[in-house]
Amino acid sequence: MIKLDKVSKKFGTGTFALSDISLNVDKGEFVFLVGSTGAGKTTIFRLLIREFLPTEGNIFVNEWDVVNLPKNKIPTLRKNVGVIFQDLKLFLDRTIFENIMLPLEVAGAGSEEATKIVDAILAQVGLVEHRDKFPIQLSGGEVQRVAIARALVLSPQILLADEPTGNLDMATSWEIIKLLSDINKKGTTVIMATHNQDVIKSSGKRVIHIEKGKIISEEKGKKNSSSHKTSHVAEVVDEKPEEKMEEKEDNSKEDKKQ
Amino acid sequence: MSFTKTAWKNIRRSPYQAMAAILIMTLTFLTISFFTFLLVGSSKIINYFESKPQVTAFFKNEAKQTDINSLENQLKQTNKIASIRFVSKDEALKIYREQNKNDPLLLDLVTAEVLPSSFEISTVEIEDMAAISDMLNKSEVVSDVIYQKDVVATLAAWTSAIRKMGIALIILLSLVSIFIMATIIGIKISQKKEDIEIMRLIGATNWYIRWPFLTEGVIYGVIGAVIGWIVAAGVLLYSTPFLESFLKGIPVLPASYLDLLILLGLELLFAIFLGAISSFLAVFRYSK
Repeated sequence: MIKLDKVSKKFGTGTFALSDISLNVDKGEFVFLVGSTGAGKTTIFRLLIREFLPTEGNIFVNEWDVVNLPKNKIPTLRKNVGVIFQDLKLFLDRTIFENIMLPLEVAGAGSEEATKIVDAILAQVGLVEHRDKFPIQLSGGEVQRVAIARALVLSPQILLADEPTGNLDMATSWEIIKLLSDINKKGTTVIMATHNQDVIKSSGKRVIHIEKGKIISEEKGKKNSSSHKTSHVAEVVDEKPEEKMEEKEDNSKEDKKQ
Repeated sequence: MSFTKTAWKNIRRSPYQAMAAILIMTLTFLTISFFTFLLVGSSKIINYFESKPQVTAFFKNEAKQTDINSLENQLKQTNKIASIRFVSKDEALKIYREQNKNDPLLLDLVTAEVLPSSFEISTVEIEDMAAISDMLNKSEVVSDVIYQKDVVATLAAWTSAIRKMGIALIILLSLVSIFIMATIIGIKISQKKEDIEIMRLIGATNWYIRWPFLTEGVIYGVIGAVIGWIVAAGVLLYSTPFLESFLKGIPVLPASYLDLLILLGLELLFAIFLGAISSFLAVFRYSK
């Protein structure tokens, strides 16, 4: 379904965002991509939807050879891979309904059919009462669900979620994770990037750890889960002062919650 | 029609930019309309004079019919005459009355006796007019020769000057409106850079993004053309009575509604062209 073959990405500054990443994700899987900020999680997502090309290596998504994809096929690829962007990328001057409608408009769906689909998705993510509000009128968890709804509205086979719990308290984070799990159960392949250790610990899903552009460890689903590897990541994280701050923030949110 | 909807929303949300774009288009099409009126009118006037007898010879009051007849034969023998028509004093009075029917004072003053009888002559070749008018001048029964070649030549010179000026002005204004519109649409594209980026990321094709901007340019063009045409046609219709009396009997006005509608049609085509060109420039310059 998704295959990265010895993929490297070097940015103009000369720093490697990714080096020699090989990765397979099967259809219907739920995979966590874990690593500190700047580890390369977002870079992987951006490569998967051909926002830019890798410096080396090959990428396959479904039947598409992403690296050699002709330019006019890029929109098709993007319509089949739903992305929940880290910064959400919602249109602030459009209502929730219009935001979620947008991919359907782009895909040229008829407006009656599209309205039905959007209303169904709104029910699925629990935003029916916010249908005609604007994004700034909603809470963090709610706009996150808007972004999820928009990523889902074209029924993509693959859903990429980039830090969907990044700014949320634990309870809301769990709601989001549950929502993504439900989506996954219906057959959508989900890859979720996060740096939130708590989210992963008890999930029992496949976890891929990335640091400094390299895969440093991988945990298979429930059966093989081990706390050892998680603590290894924690060590790496400890090296970066700004990461500590982020963790603190997370903790303080938890405190408030409690 | 979601492109038109999006374009319309973009226009409503930036009224000053829209106003600038529409006004420059209006100015362009107002100019185009006025110069078209001028050119069509002046070429109609020229046609009128060219189709009229080019040489008119007025006879002295004492001229006898036999002398006039022999002069006519003499002229015909040159084989340079396309047509020759004798206008008697009575006919001259009729023509005069027809031309001044709205002015009773002028009608009262003039009787058939005052007006001279005349020949209205058109030549086969325009170059022959000089020779014919010489012949007429030499005749003893002829008092005066009016030679309309000068009128036509002067008019033709004026028309050609107006045409050149008009074309230059229209080209200049078209270029100005293209650049202004391209700039305005360019600004809009830059303002929407983030939105465009998001659209791309969720799978919008380039054309899906470009169409609303192209439509917007065409809408500006069409609105400008319609306003320009309405103003120009309105001014023309309003001033028709005045112009008609000024042009005395030269059949230029009133302009037919069909012609005006044809002008509107052509202007709309040109407006769509201008709008599309400007948007294309902007789209390819600002949205790579």
